Amino acid sequence: MEPIIRVNNLTHTYSVGTPFERSAVDGLCMDVLPGEFLGIIGHTGSGKSTLIQHLNGLLKPTAGQILLDGRDIWENPKEIRKVRFQVGLVFQYPEYQLFEETVYKDIAFGPGNMGLSREEIDRRVRQAAAFVGLSEDMLEKSPFELSGGQKRRVAIAGVIAMEPKVLILDEPTAGLDPAGREKILSQLRAYHREKGTTILLVSHSMEEIAQNADRIVVLKGGKCLMSGTPREVFARAEELEEVGLDIPQVTKVALALRRRGLDIDGAVYTVEELKNALLRLKGGASHA
Amino acid sequence: MLKDITLGQFFPGNTLVHRLDPRTKLACVALYIVALFTAKSFLAYGVIAVVLLLSIRTSRVGWKALTRGLKPILIILVFTAAMNLFFNEGTPIADVWLLRRITWEGLERAVMMVLRIVMLIMGTFLVTYTTSPIRLTDGLEALLNPLKKLHLPVHELAMMMSIALRFIPTLIEETDKIMSAQKARGADFESGGIFQRARALVPILVPLFISAFRRADELATAMECRCYHGGEGRTKLHVLRYEKRDYAVMAGFALLVVAMIVMRRLGL
Ligand SMILES: Nc1ncnc2c1ncn2[C@@H]1O[C@H](COP(=O)(O)OP(=O)(O)OP(=O)(O)O)[C@@H](O)[C@H]1O
Ligand SMILES: [Mg+2]
Repeated sequence: MEPIIRVNNLTHTYSVGTPFERSAVDGLCMDVLPGEFLGIIGHTGSGKSTLIQHLNGLLKPTAGQILLDGRDIWENPKEIRKVRFQVGLVFQYPEYQLFEETVYKDIAFGPGNMGLSREEIDRRVRQAAAFVGLSEDMLEKSPFELSGGQKRRVAIAGVIAMEPKVLILDEPTAGLDPAGREKILSQLRAYHREKGTTILLVSHSMEEIAQNADRIVVLKGGKCLMSGTPREVFARAEELEEVGLDIPQVTKVALALRRRGLDIDGAVYTVEELKNALLRLKGGASHA
Repeated sequence: MLKDITLGQFFPGNTLVHRLDPRTKLACVALYIVALFTAKSFLAYGVIAVVLLLSIRTSRVGWKALTRGLKPILIILVFTAAMNLFFNEGTPIADVWLLRRITWEGLERAVMMVLRIVMLIMGTFLVTYTTSPIRLTDGLEALLNPLKKLHLPVHELAMMMSIALRFIPTLIEETDKIMSAQKARGADFESGGIFQRARALVPILVPLFISAFRRADELATAMECRCYHGGEGRTKLHVLRYEKRDYAVMAGFALLVVAMIVMRRLGL
């Protein structure tokens, strides 16, 4: 399959020419396939935020290219806004970007910038609000009277309303309680299912990534350490732990059982899988 | 773009320039400015330039960082140069077209004025680059201390200044972040007429002000929780003390001023 986004040898150096000069992303290559739910994980400072800001042209590569549908996004710098409508980016703590008087107007900011008709904007705003679970009566409220979690959902709706081909979210669940976290994630899953949009989810939490992503890219020091399906990645649990990343708790249990001598797959990563594996084991034992 | 604003930025280091007492550095900047405004000839400027270059070398502050600080005032530089080039009486450079308006005297003044501004900025930036904001305001407070007799709230002013300096980089960073977030939603800051551009700033300014107020509020609460009270009876963690090197450097800069006055008298 042709990748929708190809990152080709991307390098980004901050503060060139000062004592603070450092490469946040260093010769990174990766592909994003159309329609997939890709998880990006890495330790603090591994360059996740820097990487994704290149994908919609907010940062310019120091070296290397970003190809969107096979074309360099910087081919024509004047057209970079078009790229931003196709690749929607939700920042870390996006609630700080709200500025309009009402939630409705804030969500309409993106589609408004695209120059769409009134009716189209209205349709998109309402649809995006519904996707993130904001009720109709909230649309006329001021975004500043909402709770943190609600603000976050308004901000996410603001990007979804542009109906991008690729939706990137930088730690959308940071600082939320478990219920709020699960709510946002399940809404994302539903959005992915219904719309078939390509989604990139950046996160610290393996659990979160494991439960949602079809494929995982692990970053370390601005480079791609490994990539593959959750199963492939968690099969290398020791390496992950070495770079300070947590593996899902279920995988930990499986590994511990393995060490105790049980013949169990060490790469399971959901409760369901572990249950099945254990049942299979039990069934096998009783037959013997 | 915003990254070019380097005011209040500090490059840590451990050179002679970094270790000098902040009061010494402030006094030396004052003397340096006096010297700069006393200088009249290229020879005099040369002497000051040598002092500046020596200071820069010892401080190990990158040349790029210093010239980057000049970018925001480029327009002022060009304007000054143009004004001096065209509006000075004297002998024209040549008798053709525009060159008739440019005089040798004007050319000389233009070069001098530009040199003066560049050296002024570089000198002051060198101090802010090599002194942490906290030490800088400590020094300022100590120097202004006599004004307390006139019931000027010196400590409070210094505190306000250090907080402001401390928050400049934070606010710049925040502005950058908000700008990126709005750009990601297709905001356009680069095209359109002046009104359109001014309106494009609303999505940046509103969140920026809200977060600045929130920060101010949090800071005030945090200070109160630690029982902050300014002024009387407050002691310092780092007490400023002059060392031998401070006297030596200050004497050097005093000498520079004297030299400038003498050169001016002698018409050099
Ligand atoms: N604007 C900037 N200027 C200078 N350096 C930066 C800037 N932004 C990030 N960095 C540096 O680049 C490196 C990577 O930062 P980045 O924000 O991409 O990490 P991250 O993986 O998103 O981390 P986190 O999980 O904490 O969000 C860090 O070491 C950081 O210090
Ligand atoms: Mg980040």
